[in-house]
Amino acid sequence: MSTTSDRLDGIPAAEVADVELYHPRSWITKYVFSQDAKIIGIQYALTATAIGLVALALSWLMRLQLGFPGVFDFITPAEYYQFITMHGMIMVVYLLTALFLGGFGNYLIPLMIGARDMVFPYVNMLSYWIYLVAVLVLAASFFAPGGPTGAGWTLYPPQAILSGTPGGQDWGILLMLLSLMLFIIGFTMGGLNYVVTVLQARARGMTLMRMPLTVWGIFTATVMALLAFPALFVSCVMMMLDRLLGTSFFMPALVEMGQRLNHDGGSPLLFQHLFWFFGHPEVYIVALPAFGIVSDLISTHARRNIFGYRQMVWAIVIIGALSFVVWAHHMYVSGMNPYFGFFFATTTLVIAVPTAIKVYNWLLTLWRGDIHLTVPMLFALAFIVTFVNGGLTGLFLGNVVVDVPLSDTMFVVAHFHMVMGVAPIFVIFGAIYHWYPKITGRMLNEAMGRIHFWVSFLGAYLIFFPMHYIGLLGVPRRYHEIGETAFVPASAHTLNAFISVMALIVGAAQILFLFNLAWSIRRGRPAGGNPWNATSLEWQTPETPPPHGNWGRDLPVVYRWAYDYSVPGAARDFIPQNQPPARAAE
Amino acid sequence: MSAIILYIAVIGTIAAWWLSRQRLMAKPWLEVGVAGEAPGTGASEIPPAKLGLWVFLAVVGALLTLFVSAYLMRMHMSHDWRPLPTPWMLWFNTVLLALSSFGLHRAQVAARIGWRQGIEVGLIAGGLAALAFLAGQYLAWQQVMAEGFGVATNPSSSFFYLITAVHGLHLLGGLVALGRTTYRASRGAGLAQLRLSVELCATYWHFLLVAWIALFGLLLHG
Repeated sequence: MSTTSDRLDGIPAAEVADVELYHPRSWITKYVFSQDAKIIGIQYALTATAIGLVALALSWLMRLQLGFPGVFDFITPAEYYQFITMHGMIMVVYLLTALFLGGFGNYLIPLMIGARDMVFPYVNMLSYWIYLVAVLVLAASFFAPGGPTGAGWTLYPPQAILSGTPGGQDWGILLMLLSLMLFIIGFTMGGLNYVVTVLQARARGMTLMRMPLTVWGIFTATVMALLAFPALFVSCVMMMLDRLLGTSFFMPALVEMGQRLNHDGGSPLLFQHLFWFFGHPEVYIVALPAFGIVSDLISTHARRNIFGYRQMVWAIVIIGALSFVVWAHHMYVSGMNPYFGFFFATTTLVIAVPTAIKVYNWLLTLWRGDIHLTVPMLFALAFIVTFVNGGLTGLFLGNVVVDVPLSDTMFVVAHFHMVMGVAPIFVIFGAIYHWYPKITGRMLNEAMGRIHFWVSFLGAYLIFFPMHYIGLLGVPRRYHEIGETAFVPASAHTLNAFISVMALIVGAAQILFLFNLAWSIRRGRPAGGNPWNATSLEWQTPETPPPHGNWGRDLPVVYRWAYDYSVPGAARDFIPQNQPPARAAE
Repeated sequence: MSAIILYIAVIGTIAAWWLSRQRLMAKPWLEVGVAGEAPGTGASEIPPAKLGLWVFLAVVGALLTLFVSAYLMRMHMSHDWRPLPTPWMLWFNTVLLALSSFGLHRAQVAARIGWRQGIEVGLIAGGLAALAFLAGQYLAWQQVMAEGFGVATNPSSSFFYLITAVHGLHLLGGLVALGRTTYRASRGAGLAQLRLSVELCATYWHFLLVAWIALFGLLLHG
């Protein structure tokens, strides 16, 4: 730890005014209604994991039905749709978004930029509690009359609020919309914190171009989320009015069960535009933090500076900007002007360019690196492979003519689970193995970690590779049971059963991971302050786990970027960001 | 979606302008700060609360623009749109909101020169005018209702109630902050802190005035 005042006389330690910290006085304000970003980050992570496990269990139930149709009588078609809907929504919004931004954002941003805390700690606390209420409202819909909504995670009207859809005329859809609105309000409170903290609370010397890419990723994703989530909010409000007050924003004239409904003239397409204006940036809201974190994991565990740091920053920003003009590629099958289709196909393919730059730079970072195959590194490498895989099928699907026949098949399910499900989840695992020692002061068990990795990695491919194949065969998605059809060969049924067994095994492997998390808190090997010999600031705190206020008496001063690994002439193979140049050779 | 695309383009331009001043061409791997010369962060002098408010306004702006986008698309996507008779009350309310904004402007000027009484008068006058605006909006609802346009009668009226309600709720939230600031001003809070709070309230009010004028224009257009 190198703070300045002990060796650099006369230099002010901090350029930004030291924030006055909120000091908790009781156990409740320290650990429950905490205003410390690190505690809030952990609260976010635990809540997201808890609801994520519900979504995992739902995926098991879906796979049981798909793999062994007719065997599990208790899974009715209605329930199957409810499982699909809740699984998708929970995983995308309540797990991935909340964990990357609320969890890692809160824990890492202040530590990585050398701040004591977020700039608006009280608002930050509110953010978590509103998120928790949103999760509870969502979970409550399982117990509401009629159960949760079964509208599909995209909640397309008109079916979402019709009586034929589970929860459509009951509580399900209302609780879902309410929960999403709460989530967005809570997120906005957190998001303001992440953005302003990065802009205003960096330690002296921490210029933007010295920030670790993790912070760049989370920062850019937060800006995008702040601008994209309002679109979901608007769609939720309007659908709620359609459902409760009988307005016709999205609802066209309809006859249901022989009865003409009171709606007239509304446009389901309007909903789709609003939803995907949020929905596509959402993909990158999850991906950009993952890109950032993976860059840091690879650099640290390959003991090499990140290749093309500037390109990496630019690519993050450009991807963020482009992601706002590709949304309609989710709507090819909804019908649109061919010129629009052409435009959106082009932007979709263009976004592959900055993304490919990132992939090349990760590979070039590894090239001739001193690669340590630690568990975080294994997950980071698995991410690259998986992301490239999912990205390539994305290039197919970005073209209108390829997308139209494949859109309603399991191919799309396999594609987005690779690129948006498995890939970011690998980053989350890698990040947890990487930062757990800082959070708890102890290492996660290595053997359990390796078993967890190999089962998850190989298992994910055994699940999703065959799924691409049965998708190409024409097996449709969203079907409770496909039964006997002329175009689906018997082998597809066998593969479906195989996929289901694999899904059960991979799911079970996550129990080992959870056990490792709990077991290592007390029994893990003591980690010390910087077990990976990393350069970025969070590893240089005077105490581990970092106490309230992070830095002790003086804020750190930053002298270099976050990637000084294996610098020629340096005594060690890493130079911490806060190490003054005069001491680099020590 | 052209309104929101335009909005995102404006925000994007501001972001690009700001980024262009952040030394994105720097080669951080070559730049090691010499002891004592570690560069600053490049962070601006703007207080975090002020920057936080501007970021929040950008989010509210996106929200309102999305309503505008939805309004325009719904209007043109179907043939059932019936123009809404604009209640005269809205003109009167616009004046009230402008007065409210002016009151806060006066409070801000008073805070700048350190005139405590002026701050309180400006805040209270602005707050009362804002409350009158909200009451006026409620009366405007009654007028539209009396014309036979309920919430679900026609998309034009649905949007009218929805957009005025969203705007009103934001003003209501602002009134909470305004109330707290007025309370602190009456209890003799420090001038420097008060100055920032009053400025933030004033900025928010001016934003809501501009937003209202834009939304009102939209409703007239429909």
